[in-house]
Amino acid sequence: MRWVWWLLLAAALVAAPRLLERAGLPPVSLLETGLLAMTPLALAAVGECLNEKAGLVNIGLEAIFMVSATVAVWFAEVGRSGYAGLLGGTAVGALLGLGLGAVSVYGRADQIIAGMGLNVFALGFVPFLLISLWAFPGIHVFPNELMVPRISTPVGQISPVTLAAVALAVLAHLLLHRTVLGFRIRAVGEKPEAVDVAGLRVDRLRLLTATVGGALAGLGGAFLPLGWFGALVKEISAGRGFIALACVVFAGLEPLLALGAALLFGLADGFASAVAVTPGVKERVPFYFVAMIPYALTLGVVAAVIGRRRFPSTVGRPYARE
Amino acid sequence: MRTPRALRPLTESLATVALGLVAGGLLIWAFGHSPVAAYRALAVGAFGTREDLLETLAFATPLMLTALTFAVGVRAGLFNIGAEGQMYLGAVGATFVAGMVPMPAGVHLAAATLAGMAAGALWALIPAVLKAWRGAHEVISTIMCNWIALHLSMYLAINFLAEPGRAERTVPALPTARYPVLSEESTLTAVLFVAVGFALVVYAYLWGTRAGYELRLAGENPDAARYAGVRPERVVVLSFVIGGLAAGLAGASQVIGRPPAWSLYATLGNVTTLGFDGIGVALVGRNHPVGGILAAVLFGALAQGGRLMEYEVGVLSELVRALNGIIVFAMAVPELWTLVRRRLAR
Repeated sequence: MRWVWWLLLAAALVAAPRLLERAGLPPVSLLETGLLAMTPLALAAVGECLNEKAGLVNIGLEAIFMVSATVAVWFAEVGRSGYAGLLGGTAVGALLGLGLGAVSVYGRADQIIAGMGLNVFALGFVPFLLISLWAFPGIHVFPNELMVPRISTPVGQISPVTLAAVALAVLAHLLLHRTVLGFRIRAVGEKPEAVDVAGLRVDRLRLLTATVGGALAGLGGAFLPLGWFGALVKEISAGRGFIALACVVFAGLEPLLALGAALLFGLADGFASAVAVTPGVKERVPFYFVAMIPYALTLGVVAAVIGRRRFPSTVGRPYARE
Repeated sequence: MRTPRALRPLTESLATVALGLVAGGLLIWAFGHSPVAAYRALAVGAFGTREDLLETLAFATPLMLTALTFAVGVRAGLFNIGAEGQMYLGAVGATFVAGMVPMPAGVHLAAATLAGMAAGALWALIPAVLKAWRGAHEVISTIMCNWIALHLSMYLAINFLAEPGRAERTVPALPTARYPVLSEESTLTAVLFVAVGFALVVYAYLWGTRAGYELRLAGENPDAARYAGVRPERVVVLSFVIGGLAAGLAGASQVIGRPPAWSLYATLGNVTTLGFDGIGVALVGRNHPVGGILAAVLFGALAQGGRLMEYEVGVLSELVRALNGIIVFAMAVPELWTLVRRRLAR
């Protein structure tokens, strides 16, 4: 019966652009926005796939998005380049990931609570940082030159960060399934005792994935203002850190599937933005309901797939030698 | 340094809060302010006068309720971080009944309170049902529900509850649906007693009834609970409903129990983040309803004192929330104080 679903999916893909055209929504700009919205989700989700494969959970992706976005704009202004900002955001994300990893590995912390702590921290720290750095509450608009330039292609303007996200998803897939390091990462999530007995360092492997995961989320956070919005607001990530977590769950920790899930959620986000700004459509649908689309979709997907996914046996649990 | 075993949770909680304050002090110092001056202003602002103390309690009121939401979740083995959204809808429900449905005095106040609680509990049913029957991870589903609730509540507030001529807020609660103000010099109202009373009722329910015992057993040892015939779906729904009632009451308390606005802002500005703040309160209160009441007073003091800190020293009150996060982060490390104690014993 599976082919029926594939057939329906193909039909939907063929029919969608025409239907959108008739509704007055241009499909090209929708794809453009969709790819922009996909990028931060894909980066964070791919990193988190690696992290969860190794047996850790980072529920603070939202916080990394928020803090990295803010710090990245500061780096971009100091270094006078959007790329300096991306680099700075990635570094801050890596540091936060490392910190959370260290607390989980050495402090044997409850990873969900530690991650939520990071989220609550960001909720206060980011508005604090915004006023401290730019003396203006809640929002900061930076010069347009600092935006990471987009590349013109037949399917619209594409950010180089988007291409990097796709490449990183492929690399992460190859790393996990074709290299010794990937094998070790998977092993440390399933049977840390065995990895330990084999003479490998469980703690270092997990710190590595936590740091890489944080770095990718940091790049995604930096992309939000510098590659997409062109401004910084205190709630810039608006739940995207958790939507990225939903992508990870949906993908069953496979980076390539996570990329696909991120595209799905990105298109939903693009659809919502298109509905919100297109004349003739926006008047008929209240903005508040349009804004709910990505969250409602996430809720639906999470309800539909979870329970059927298998996770590494030690995910979220600290490892201690007997 | 020996502390009696019974006092250990208390000392550990206070030590973690102290650790958070030290980390916050470093942040204050890093941004060019004096931590000593900042914390002195914070303490004076929170406890300096009778008026300040009452205001501290006013800030503590919603926090002890959103803390209860998280605590009941943890007791049942769940991470219910949906207090935020449940609280928004609680505020909307209370605003509707208090501002638009005239009723006789007495009945009106009770009806508005119950409407808020019911709205919170109904919203909590969504993640509860998804968890119980679909196995959907409650962290993701509650966060998504929070964001949906934000937009839904703003939509309802602006389109159905707006006060004509004042776009920034909803209709105020009618005088018959307002909790009596306890003292003219602060915003503390009698809703504090309702909040404390509700926390005590939940305490009695969890520790005094069979259903409460089953809920705690399912949280502590799911296998034993299943073996004893406890139905996990029932526990999930029960804990979410209790949490939703508490969060709904927290939202209602900010509308019908907090002068001078007596209404909900269209941006929800007078309720946002109270739900997330409850997580830290619950953890410092050791996920116990009574501990949550005490911890809420502590966090209420930070919120109230933070205002004077901002005014006098120029340290933004947002820092208080960052501090809250650091405290949650530190509370996540169970080994922290064991490690410290071992070092000290050596």
